[in-house]
Amino acid sequence: MNSSSVVEQEHLPETTTGIDHRKMLMWAFLGSECMFFGSLITTYLVYEGKSLVGPYPADLFDIPVTSVSTFVLLMSSLMMVLAYNGISNGNVRRFRAWILCTAILGATFLGFQVFEFYEFAHHGLTPRTNLFGTSFFTLTGFHGAHVTVGVIWLLSLFLYSFRGNLAKDHGLNVDMAALYWHFVDVVWIIIFTVVYLIGVAGEL
Amino acid sequence: MATIASAFRRPTHPTGISAWLTTIDHKRIGVLYGVTSFFFFLVGGLEALIMRAQLARAGHEVVSPEVFSQLFTMHALTMIFLGVMPLSAAFFNLIVPLMIGARDVAFPRLNAFSYWVFLFGAILLQSGWFLGGSPNSGWFAYAPLTSIDFSPGAGMQYYTVGLGVLGVSSLAAAFNFIVTIINMRAPGMTLMRMPVFIWMTLVTSFLLVTAFPVITVGLIQLYFDRTFGMNFFNTAAGADPLLWQHLFWVFGHPEVYILILPAMGIVSEVLPTFSRKPLFGYHVVVLSGITIGFMGWAVWSHHMFTVGLGPVANSVFAITTMAIAIPTGVKIFNWLGTMWKGSIQMSTPMLYALGFITMFTIGGISGVMHSQAASDAQQQDTYFIVAHIHYVLFGGSIFAIFSGIYYWFPKMFGRMLDEGLGNIHFWGTFMGFNLTFFPMHFLGLDGMPRRIYTYSSGMGWDFWNLIATMGSLVIAVSTLVFIVNFIRSLKKGEVAGDDPWDARTLEWSMSSPPPIYNFQEIPRVTGRDPFWEEKYPHGQPIPAGGAQQNSDYEGPSAWSSRDEEGMAEAAKLGIHMPGLSIFPFITAVGLSMAGFGLIYSYVLGGIGVALTLYGIYSWALEPVAEEPTHGAEH
Repeated sequence: MNSSSVVEQEHLPETTTGIDHRKMLMWAFLGSECMFFGSLITTYLVYEGKSLVGPYPADLFDIPVTSVSTFVLLMSSLMMVLAYNGISNGNVRRFRAWILCTAILGATFLGFQVFEFYEFAHHGLTPRTNLFGTSFFTLTGFHGAHVTVGVIWLLSLFLYSFRGNLAKDHGLNVDMAALYWHFVDVVWIIIFTVVYLIGVAGEL
Repeated sequence: MATIASAFRRPTHPTGISAWLTTIDHKRIGVLYGVTSFFFFLVGGLEALIMRAQLARAGHEVVSPEVFSQLFTMHALTMIFLGVMPLSAAFFNLIVPLMIGARDVAFPRLNAFSYWVFLFGAILLQSGWFLGGSPNSGWFAYAPLTSIDFSPGAGMQYYTVGLGVLGVSSLAAAFNFIVTIINMRAPGMTLMRMPVFIWMTLVTSFLLVTAFPVITVGLIQLYFDRTFGMNFFNTAAGADPLLWQHLFWVFGHPEVYILILPAMGIVSEVLPTFSRKPLFGYHVVVLSGITIGFMGWAVWSHHMFTVGLGPVANSVFAITTMAIAIPTGVKIFNWLGTMWKGSIQMSTPMLYALGFITMFTIGGISGVMHSQAASDAQQQDTYFIVAHIHYVLFGGSIFAIFSGIYYWFPKMFGRMLDEGLGNIHFWGTFMGFNLTFFPMHFLGLDGMPRRIYTYSSGMGWDFWNLIATMGSLVIAVSTLVFIVNFIRSLKKGEVAGDDPWDARTLEWSMSSPPPIYNFQEIPRVTGRDPFWEEKYPHGQPIPAGGAQQNSDYEGPSAWSSRDEEGMAEAAKLGIHMPGLSIFPFITAVGLSMAGFGLIYSYVLGGIGVALTLYGIYSWALEPVAEEPTHGAEH
């Protein structure tokens, strides 16, 4: 009674993308994250140059230091690629080495951010000081929170590799973490350009 | 049973309440969504009735102005976020997998998670009634009016945190349906063979994914301002008072289409069935829906015509707003074309679909009137706007949702809703609705402002206000008729066959209610109305009457015993069924506890976060109940 539309086994058009459900979910999630960071960056831009009292971006930003932390985060993306390459070739030991490097570089970036926040606070900028402080700390803070979640995810994968099989489905679990990690990286490139570089250039 | 149970490591056969707590079956989750959101629909209705009682006469004092402000705010929030949106989600859950020929959604546990987060988020949003005051600023919560200086107290915190938690639920559901629809259609069901309801679900899901993050950012900013003294909306520090309005309406206008597109999808399924004709201009209907989805992003500032954006911005948004009426109008003409020369059956679902078309058209026309920035300046914040939104959201969304309930009730519960009571319900709601909201056009044009708790009798607004209050009572009584009908029909309704309406899409090809595994064999689709084409192959005459009832069928058995039989059958047929899971529930509890923590204490929040993490890790590490020897899935 339940069989329906059982027709001749003729050729029927493809109705699936062939992309794993979980990976597609990840793409949809990153799409919503684009809107999330887009709104935060827009707020920052709307308030750029609108602060009534200092300190202002040019008083605080230390481009060489932030360039180093940006470089660290970019390199972590390279490590992530190597980790994924390891697991998709079934080489768990190589995967473990590189994923640990990725997590360490991610944590290093977070260390830079903590240092930077501390320095800024020391020079009188808190989230309550002015519009710059409010929008800057919220934007970079949420980015840092995303990096933190990423580091925890990477370390979870590292630990899981001793217990479960990460190589199954062509390393899909690692692939998804990598997508997220690269996304967080790309967001930082935009923040570094829009907030830091343009922020300082505008004052010169 | 024991042999089946041992094949899974996850719980398989709980009964009673635990069966609902651990369920991941899209049909059960759909029922949970439906019952919960209908409850909140009644709560929102009660709030409206109290307001109508207050406004029935000039100078009435049923409630205080403070309570009145909370009532109109919570009425909107309840109806939008806890009523119409989750009622649509109930249909997504119940119908989408059946219509596309899938055994479940792509992520059954995430689906359960969406529901539980919705439930707890709803409780959080409503808890202000019992814990020191609800939000009282209108559903748009314009900052800086809602900052801590001007809105002290906990009320607005329920708004920021409650909507944030509900956003998680909507996003999770939207991801799930995007993947389900794109990846899990039955062989042969190409995109342009998908039923229009599936198309509208897909467009709505994309709108949810893109719109909710924007309001989330606004809510975070408002929360930070209120809690940590930041400056996002602090004009003394140079903040722009329009920032919130832009963030809110960039979300808020797509949200309007999130509310109406599923309704359009339901009507596009009901009309062809009861006209016994295929949908007229399928491609155009689908493309109009997609166009509405895109253009919904380009009209938000028509909510802000009176804030002084300047003539250029006002003109641009006036033009885009007029333009978005085109795809909407195209759909209306296609629905009319569907009925043209059809053999129309006036069953209750059809009555509600017709009610939808007529009422939504009236609301659409007053919408075009608002698109003229100059005349909108006169209509802004008057009852004319209240009339408009109720014609599109009640006359539109709610009518279509009732149409869907009458249409799919037999599929879900195996029995028919009573037609006689259904007719009373429809005509009562239809008349009550027009009595309540049509006079608001007059009141608005006469200058009666929205959101006032009373008015003086010299204004000449007494008569139409009294009529509106009487109309709202008619709606309330008809809704009671519906509840009686629903509860009575669950047990005593006429037994429905598999296909009581002689319908067109795949869900009618299976038994009513469908077995837990949905399809014994995944259907193969060769056309746009696959079940119809199977029943009436090309060239055969189409009979005028409806389908036959199964004469020897005595009606459905209880849900839990049905599920047990279904699991046993599935095992026999070699259909792999995922086990149940408690972790979506636990994670949702943790998340909402963290939400309460954001309002009350960070200790509670910390416990909530810990519980959430425990839930997520247990969820991720839970065995998938996949036994390689257990049989092929496909």
